[in-house]
Amino acid sequence: MVNPLDQISELLLISAIVVYAIAFIAFALDLARRSAESQAQVDLVRRQDAVVGSSRGGTALLEAPPAPPAAPTRSRRPAARTGIALTLIGAALHASAAVLRGTAAGRVPWANMYEFAMTGTLIMVVVFLVAQTRLDLRFLGAPITGLVVLLLGISTVSFHVAVSPLPPALQSYWLVLHVLVAMLGTGFFTLAGALSAVQLLQVRRSRRAESGRPERMKLLATIPDAERLENLAYRISVVGFILWTFTLIAGAIWANHAWGRYWGWDTKEVWTFIIWVVYAGYLHARATLGWRGTGSAWLNLIGYACILFNFGVVNVFFHGLHSYSGLPTGQ
Amino acid sequence: MSRPSDAQNSFADDAPVVNPRLGALEWVRWGWRTLTSMRTALLLLLALAVAAVPGSLIPQHSSDPNGVIQYQQANPGLSKVVDALQGFDVYTSFWFSAIYLLLFISLIGCVVPRLKHHWKALRKAPPRTPSRFTQLPASSSAVLPGVTVAQAMDAAERVLRSARYRTARYGDSVSAERGYLRESGNLLFHSALVGVLLAVFVGGGFTYTGQKILPAGQTFVNLQTSYDSLNPGRFFSDDSLAPYSLRLDRLDVKYEQQNVAALGQPLDYTAHVTTLLPNGKPEQHVIKVNDPLEIAGTSVYLLGNGYAPDITVRNTDGSIAFQGAVPFRPTEGTTMTSLGVVKAPDTGNPKKQIGMVGFLYPTAAERTDGSFTSIFPSVGRSQTLLSMQVFEGDVGLDAGTPKNVYELDTTGMKQVMGIKNPLQLKIGETRTLPDGLGSVTLNGVDRYAAFDIHHDPSQGLVALFVGLAVLGLITSLLVPRRRMWIKVRQEGDDVLVEYAGLARGDDPNLVRAVSELERNHHAQLPAAAREPAAVR
Repeated sequence: MVNPLDQISELLLISAIVVYAIAFIAFALDLARRSAESQAQVDLVRRQDAVVGSSRGGTALLEAPPAPPAAPTRSRRPAARTGIALTLIGAALHASAAVLRGTAAGRVPWANMYEFAMTGTLIMVVVFLVAQTRLDLRFLGAPITGLVVLLLGISTVSFHVAVSPLPPALQSYWLVLHVLVAMLGTGFFTLAGALSAVQLLQVRRSRRAESGRPERMKLLATIPDAERLENLAYRISVVGFILWTFTLIAGAIWANHAWGRYWGWDTKEVWTFIIWVVYAGYLHARATLGWRGTGSAWLNLIGYACILFNFGVVNVFFHGLHSYSGLPTGQ
Repeated sequence: MSRPSDAQNSFADDAPVVNPRLGALEWVRWGWRTLTSMRTALLLLLALAVAAVPGSLIPQHSSDPNGVIQYQQANPGLSKVVDALQGFDVYTSFWFSAIYLLLFISLIGCVVPRLKHHWKALRKAPPRTPSRFTQLPASSSAVLPGVTVAQAMDAAERVLRSARYRTARYGDSVSAERGYLRESGNLLFHSALVGVLLAVFVGGGFTYTGQKILPAGQTFVNLQTSYDSLNPGRFFSDDSLAPYSLRLDRLDVKYEQQNVAALGQPLDYTAHVTTLLPNGKPEQHVIKVNDPLEIAGTSVYLLGNGYAPDITVRNTDGSIAFQGAVPFRPTEGTTMTSLGVVKAPDTGNPKKQIGMVGFLYPTAAERTDGSFTSIFPSVGRSQTLLSMQVFEGDVGLDAGTPKNVYELDTTGMKQVMGIKNPLQLKIGETRTLPDGLGSVTLNGVDRYAAFDIHHDPSQGLVALFVGLAVLGLITSLLVPRRRMWIKVRQEGDDVLVEYAGLARGDDPNLVRAVSELERNHHAQLPAAAREPAAVR
């Protein structure tokens, strides 16, 4: 007896994965084109340089194509626009899949790992798309859609479970709040993590340029510089951090209702705490001499790695009360 | 914690300290400065994150005592090392405590001077207007005809004040600052964290937590001796236990019966209880998994359940060797196959007491190899099977030493019924034991509830500090702190007005704020020029 709504939901989800995968290809094409554009820019500058007969060396040239953060942003970029359009379609399919799953189960679609992955990645995509209305972050399209395809692929293959009723331990309105806030926080951290990763690449590029070595990732010239990426990552992480703080507190209040203590160092609690502390470290690192910049970007990435670990490894391999299993004494 | 940007030079904490010879006092000073420095705080934070990891890899006494025992049995050598390093009690270990105590000392050492600094800043006028605006991150200027310097100055002050800036005039310029709340929030957040820690520390001493397994129909009285286990805080005394009693009338459990994918999954646990306070009337209450009962300053949680077979063991002469409901421990959540031990001491001969170990299969089904399993978690007259091995000898109840009720030490006991020929009983059946040991009757199978009873008077205080911390966190991260300046100068017949802004801390909207300031200032001007008398 398979729930027909769940079957439709799964079909929609698989379609969403396919659409995201095509969006990923579109974004990748855009990145390839950026690479070519910036090569053309470099060539142009080099030619001008040759004509003028300047005595400047190659080092200066490589620094030359400046990336005005706002200038190339709202340019046409047909491949990136296709990517965004496809991501929107994917998100619509994805959202329908989540809504149908919730309808099939008669509750919020985030009560087990499969559903959490489904709705959590949906929120990642939505955060990315909403951020798009205020900032041009299309250069993150490829990593974000790539990550979402990967996570959804793993969860449909390995975590899929048939619709089942909510075990008594999860029958609480805190399930709606605690998990929703956790997913929102994860969405913001995903975006911030991607920005920090690009920031690190950007830093490496300028270091190579300074030491006079040939440039490798030329497409980086078309995206904002490291400083701006760092500021963006920080602002988005701040929102993520506040949401994560609420996750921690909502979790503690719920734990107090369900298990009779607000904090018990359960494995999932430990990892939520670790993530919170690492991100707190990241926020502090921005105000510490010698840590700001590359150091803090690494901390941001370590924090995100902890989030992925908490989701992928702690859920599956660690024992604890958060195993969605119900009562602790063997139920 | 992040320092205010204007405090950059008031603490030399990030500068390397080079001192060739230090006296004791200098060493102390150096140590304090290093400890309260930002870099040390950051390292301590990261150390705290790393130190928390092993507690999630190794089972902990506090959250998983059975896991600790299993781990110790599986790795006897390694667990000695782990135990020596307090690896089973990571979160109360000396090294974990050392890290967070140092972190909090560092935090206090950082907060106190900042409190002083902020207190002064709150009462000081905004700083003098810088002479050149072009070096500031956001600036603009405009030439305005038909206005006097005085009008432009008044308007400037008005605009800034209505935008909730604190202002000060320096000659023909207005200096303004806003966002003191950012630093206030930051200090509130960090101080509230200290409050949380203290409340948990002190409050923990008045806390107690106890566990009680209560078969249906039985009554629990809130006395130290009634608990199966009790974890009292430091300041616990017998008076800490509020007097009341609680009887489990019934435990209702619903299992999924329609959805094949989730067959037998529990849907609901509801414990119906009757409570009695001194000088009170019996009251009926319901306890559910996410819905504890609050009574006499304690909270009673329903945290587990299981089956307790009601067993009578009779001697050959008909006298009763044992009678009662014996809680069995579920070994398989989905089918409620449960393991238990029955000890019948009153056989008249201490050498011929009866001990039984075995499984209860709520809905029994025979496997092809002849062994049994349970296929559904609910109990019924014809489907339930109790299958036990029987031992004869000393069950160890007379020595007076505490014994695990779920274990039977069979050393020195003689097995009279083994795995090949177990004692098998359905509900209502009686079987005679070999060796003249009498008979065993399974009268029925009761349900039991596992209750956790907690008393934590510090919860409200902890919640208060957590609330303050959140309030502080949000203001410290989201309130922009900035300085604005408007400078006015006569240029021929016109007036030149310059605007500038400086962010203190992260402020993505600074440029927008400066252009907005300019716009609002212009909007104030014509009206001021037309009606000079109308100063509101």
